[in-house]
Amino acid sequence: MANENNTISITYREAIKQALRDALRADERVFLMGEDVGRYGGAFAVSKGLLEEFGPDRIMDTPLSESGFVGAGIGAAIAGMRPVVEVMTVNFSLLAMDQIVNNAATLLHMSGGQVNVPVVIRMNSGLGRQLAAQHSHSWESFYAHIPGLKVLSAGTHEDARGMLLAALKEPDPVVIFEYTAMLNLEGKIPAGAGIVEIQKAAIRREGKDISIITYGPGVYKSLEAANELAKLGIDAEVVDLRVLRPLDESCFLQSVRKTHRALVVEEAWRSVSISAEISSRIMEQAFYELDAPVHRLCGVEVPMPYPKHLEDISVPQAGDIVNMIKKILQHD
Amino acid sequence: MENTIDRDHGKQMLYQMMLIRRFEEKAAELYTQTKIRGFLHLYVGEEAVAVGVMQALKTDDNILSTYREHGHALARGVDPGRIMAEMYGKQEGCSRGRGGSMHLFDAGKKFFGGNAIVGGHLPVAVGVALAAKKQKAARLTCCFFGEGAAAEGEFHESMNLAMLWEVPLLFVCENNLYAMGTALRYSHSLPQIELKGSAYGMESMAVNGMDVLAVEEAAIRAAEKIRSTGKPFLLVCNTYRFRAHSMFDAELYRNKAEVEEWKKQDPITALQNLLLEQGSLDAAAISELESTVETAVQKAVGFAEAGSWEPVEDLTRFVYSEPQNS
Repeated sequence: MANENNTISITYREAIKQALRDALRADERVFLMGEDVGRYGGAFAVSKGLLEEFGPDRIMDTPLSESGFVGAGIGAAIAGMRPVVEVMTVNFSLLAMDQIVNNAATLLHMSGGQVNVPVVIRMNSGLGRQLAAQHSHSWESFYAHIPGLKVLSAGTHEDARGMLLAALKEPDPVVIFEYTAMLNLEGKIPAGAGIVEIQKAAIRREGKDISIITYGPGVYKSLEAANELAKLGIDAEVVDLRVLRPLDESCFLQSVRKTHRALVVEEAWRSVSISAEISSRIMEQAFYELDAPVHRLCGVEVPMPYPKHLEDISVPQAGDIVNMIKKILQHD
Repeated sequence: MENTIDRDHGKQMLYQMMLIRRFEEKAAELYTQTKIRGFLHLYVGEEAVAVGVMQALKTDDNILSTYREHGHALARGVDPGRIMAEMYGKQEGCSRGRGGSMHLFDAGKKFFGGNAIVGGHLPVAVGVALAAKKQKAARLTCCFFGEGAAAEGEFHESMNLAMLWEVPLLFVCENNLYAMGTALRYSHSLPQIELKGSAYGMESMAVNGMDVLAVEEAAIRAAEKIRSTGKPFLLVCNTYRFRAHSMFDAELYRNKAEVEEWKKQDPITALQNLLLEQGSLDAAAISELESTVETAVQKAVGFAEAGSWEPVEDLTRFVYSEPQNS
């Protein structure tokens, strides 16, 4: 392709919208359903304009019935459709957790392999807009805990553009986390960007001194930190987990075997978290490769406060990553 | 019953109810012998609902059911041997032994469980019906649930969505008066479940669920309405389970006299008597039916006994689809 090396500038929001448009154009079985996805244009304006283009049968506004419409997405999926169900935020998804965990994740197994559930469930996660304690959390771990689900975290513009397209090709339920704080961020993607693979983690920056293992908004913050560290002569590698279930452990283990140090960064609360899982797997499988204990930078264990100055210090920022790595490398 | 009934059709429905009854009695026996484990919820007393409703459904229609679903599966024509093998946990079972008594599946018969979160399959049924509408298929979806489920939020969300989206869905509420051990009067501010349809503008009716002919007639009418209008319908079948909620239930919440009173309305006895009175069957024909049923149940048990255990190496299969599913 002639323009493969050309890049375009795009917001994270627009990348998701382009993916939705591609998916709706490519397959008549695909439809989008969720609260305010149609006439309102999407709570975060992600689906603005799609109703006009595809009509109300394919862009379905739903009532405020998270369990009802997520369950309906599951039912439509087992009956031959390819629904994309948007749940406004991860906080609201708890109202549909029965459907996601007890139905979507179990039907294939309970039926002895007869009933697969090709549903895609998208939800916004994380903080960044002073939305306080019922709209701002990072609960990827709730879903990453569940066998039967595939859980994706779109930490880059390219993944925002491509993960949905890949998820729609999966025979089983896929939960995709998108990030409120990133919606307005501009990024560069190849002009011909489209579907991406969704099996593997990715090295977003190669380095030799320490592996920063992260996902979601942790990716751009870690890259920012790595650029700062480079000025100090520290060469950090940034691993974007991308697929939170099933985990691609070979990627981060290989990285740790190369750098011999690991810092796991996430916005979620520390206790019983994805970073705990990553740390544990490194201990189990690469302990003798380590030159320092595995460190973690996580969200402070508090329901998200409203004021900006408190919200900002509730999660790790690039500066925190820089400081922590300087400590680990005894660079102070 | 004041109706008359075609001899062969009556005999067929009687056979199905008798098969369910005998199958369930056998299952209880096998449970005490520890051949069947886990939860076992028996359908004894409620046979007229499954058999009556099934008369209104076509082979292409979809069915979703509850954890008290052996009767629905049998009436749908799922092989009794595969159901029994499922309850044994054998890989020849209709869900390869992965589901057990509460999770009978047979995709070929369009039988989608066997769902054990009360009310949890109702939204799924809405979606299955929505898919048929989007595909412009004539398929109807039938969803069985108990009156206990009608207290769940998912019932109300599903009623609203089904009517709002006008999907071809038959809601069949089997009101057996007890949600486990909690009586209807302790769980519903409005105990006439059929009246809840009006909150959503949904047509509904209640029927004597102990009378298979009444259930059949109501279900056919409801199904015709759904097929002609595309809109959902709520059919409430007032029935009673003669046995305990599950094999763990000491039945402290209801008295024996009440159970005995309901047993006078036994749906099998009622249909037998009708067929005898109208001269369609004689005592010899009934005992012949009994022996056919006995043979079928014995054959099912034999099939389950002869079944095999899934190899332990297969433990983690069916968590995700295997390549041929994709």
